[in-house]
Amino acid sequence: MTAEKTKRLKINKEWCKGCYICVEFCPANVLEIKDGKINIKNIDACIECSQCELRCPDYAIYLGGKKNEK
Amino acid sequence: MKNKKIKLMQGNEACVEGALAAGMKFFAGYPITPSTEIAEISSLRLPRIGGKFIQMEDEIAGMAAVIGGSLAGLKSMTATSGPGFSLKQENLGYAVLAEVPCVVVNVQRGGPSTGLPTMPAQGDIMQAKWGTHGDHPVIALSPSSVRETFDLTVKAFNYAEKYRMPVILLTDEVIGHMREKIEIPDPDEIEIIDRLKPEKGLDEYKPYEIKEGQVAPEMAAYGEGYRFHVTGLIHDETGFPSNDSKVAGDLVNRLMKKIDDNIDDLTLYEEYKLDDADIAVISYGITARSAKSAVDMARAEGLKVGLFRPMIIWPFPEKQIAQLGKRVKNIITAEMNLGQYVLEVERVANKYTNITKCGKANGELITPDEILAKIKEVQ
Amino acid sequence: MTNTLIENNFRTNRLPHIWCSGCGHGIIMRAITKAVDELGYNKDDVCVVSGIGCSSRAPGYMDFNTFHTLHGRALAYATGVKMAKPELKVIVVTGDGDCAAIGGNHLIHSARRNIDITTIVFNNNIYGMTGGQYSPTTPTGDKGTTAPFGNIDKNFDLCKLVQGAGATYVARSTAYHVNMITQQVKTGLENKGFSFIEAVSICPTYYGRKNKKGDAVSMMNYLKTNAVNVKAADKLPKEKIQGKFLIGEFYKSQEPEYTEEYQKIIDSFQKER
Repeated sequence: MTAEKTKRLKINKEWCKGCYICVEFCPANVLEIKDGKINIKNIDACIECSQCELRCPDYAIYLGGKKNEK
Repeated sequence: MKNKKIKLMQGNEACVEGALAAGMKFFAGYPITPSTEIAEISSLRLPRIGGKFIQMEDEIAGMAAVIGGSLAGLKSMTATSGPGFSLKQENLGYAVLAEVPCVVVNVQRGGPSTGLPTMPAQGDIMQAKWGTHGDHPVIALSPSSVRETFDLTVKAFNYAEKYRMPVILLTDEVIGHMREKIEIPDPDEIEIIDRLKPEKGLDEYKPYEIKEGQVAPEMAAYGEGYRFHVTGLIHDETGFPSNDSKVAGDLVNRLMKKIDDNIDDLTLYEEYKLDDADIAVISYGITARSAKSAVDMARAEGLKVGLFRPMIIWPFPEKQIAQLGKRVKNIITAEMNLGQYVLEVERVANKYTNITKCGKANGELITPDEILAKIKEVQ
Repeated sequence: MTNTLIENNFRTNRLPHIWCSGCGHGIIMRAITKAVDELGYNKDDVCVVSGIGCSSRAPGYMDFNTFHTLHGRALAYATGVKMAKPELKVIVVTGDGDCAAIGGNHLIHSARRNIDITTIVFNNNIYGMTGGQYSPTTPTGDKGTTAPFGNIDKNFDLCKLVQGAGATYVARSTAYHVNMITQQVKTGLENKGFSFIEAVSICPTYYGRKNKKGDAVSMMNYLKTNAVNVKAADKLPKEKIQGKFLIGEFYKSQEPEYTEEYQKIIDSFQKER
């Protein structure tokens, strides 16, 4: 199984406004803005700290998984 | 035989009695002469029946709290006079657009500005119609006696609930403060109308949806399980804002139609000695009492004069005034201002008859003699 | 596609919200909703009231009883709701212009009455909705479209104002200190009385641009480095606090709550019967 499938980080590009807040406050340098929208550039580095989810003003990034996702 | 409840009371007191009879459970207001007794008596009476009273920090807040209380499910009222009525205008518009039933009493005093706080006037007639911005429907009532203050306050609540809109009761300093003997009707003799409510447990509740045969949308209260949205922005039937010009046009037109389609239900008037009259006096509120005396004095002198007295000022009784115009040679409009209601009378009846105004704005009542003099002048 | 907190507490069909890229308001709105969620309140019992302005658009997205009122008047409308139905948890969401300028009178009197309403002001130091005019919280010297030469007004310390007026819970946090907002809103909601939480927000579009504060990230970093917790402030040397601002809980007390006091009057008549 690849890391991409085990990690719970999810994004919703439609809601993203490309403000860079998640990119800045991700402690593991997982994220980037690509074509004005959020993009996961290095999922292997994700430590699932949920800083991005907490700080995203647009609810465009979050930790999914059974418990948290609908 | 039932015991008659005969009392000597002030107009302002009769207003509170009428409100309580109609089911008022919440009053929010701010002290202002000559309406203050309405707040005072409400503060005394409401907690005894489990209702609530609050004196707010200003007139604006009084009107705002009344709208909040109504949306939380209570029949609500505020009372004020000219300066406060000016301050309430923005919130009045909110109640019109968000379709929130409530009653606003304006015990009119001399204006403009602080004007004549302890003297009567009928100078807020046009303000009642056009005071808040934008096109909007208005219901305004004007009683001529203490007993009628009771009756029309009940009516005001009933219209507010039925049409889901604010209703204005225009009294004046004299009606508010004078004492008359009145017989309070038995509760079971009073017709009470309550707002239509949605059924419980619906899958979907659209707060501004009009169903077949309804004059206003069904109204849930906050906390009843329908988590609906209310806004002062133009909104669609879901209650959420919209910038769509069709939605905007449809909404404003629907608000106006509440009145236009129910004009007969919203026309209340008295005709006095008009059957064979050549001259009609149109007058309302306290001035109509002087007008009635003037009619009697003129009749005693053999003059064919009658009185048309609207109890509902807005909507304007167009049909009746036009017919009156066709029937008489002269109309005299007597009102305690420099010419407000007469503008509407002219709009409707000018092509049929001569229209003369009889008005003043100095804080004094118009006397029967003054009206009689006008009658003789036009005769 | 979204997570449970958002799905359960927002009207997701109305998202994304109207706020600009990098606006702090979305962060604060989520933090408030998280507080309600964590307290386990029934959503039917929560009423969110707002006035007019950027912040006041929040209730439209939140899946509670919601009430978008007139500019400055949210607290007056909310007072009517709370008086009529004291069992409702009433939250007022407002902005610095809405609550401190046009609605200033309602703010101080709601605090004075200690009516059980939890007010959260999204303070972005500017009128955003109308395009960047200076507000009562725009720092002296800063620019707005109506203060092109720098604002000569003195700005309000909203927490001091509301504490002075009689609120029984007063706190401040920022869009960066997001968990602190949630904690403070929870404390405010559980406080039986008037609770006031100033959530310092960021407005990169107007305030930021007009005052050369950089982008959203720079403004968030400003909040991070310039906010000093009130608990630590006493122990720090003066020069370390110079030019910074305090966050944390400033005041908490228990005093008679308005609707409970009114209920006592009603109850006294029921005993009489």
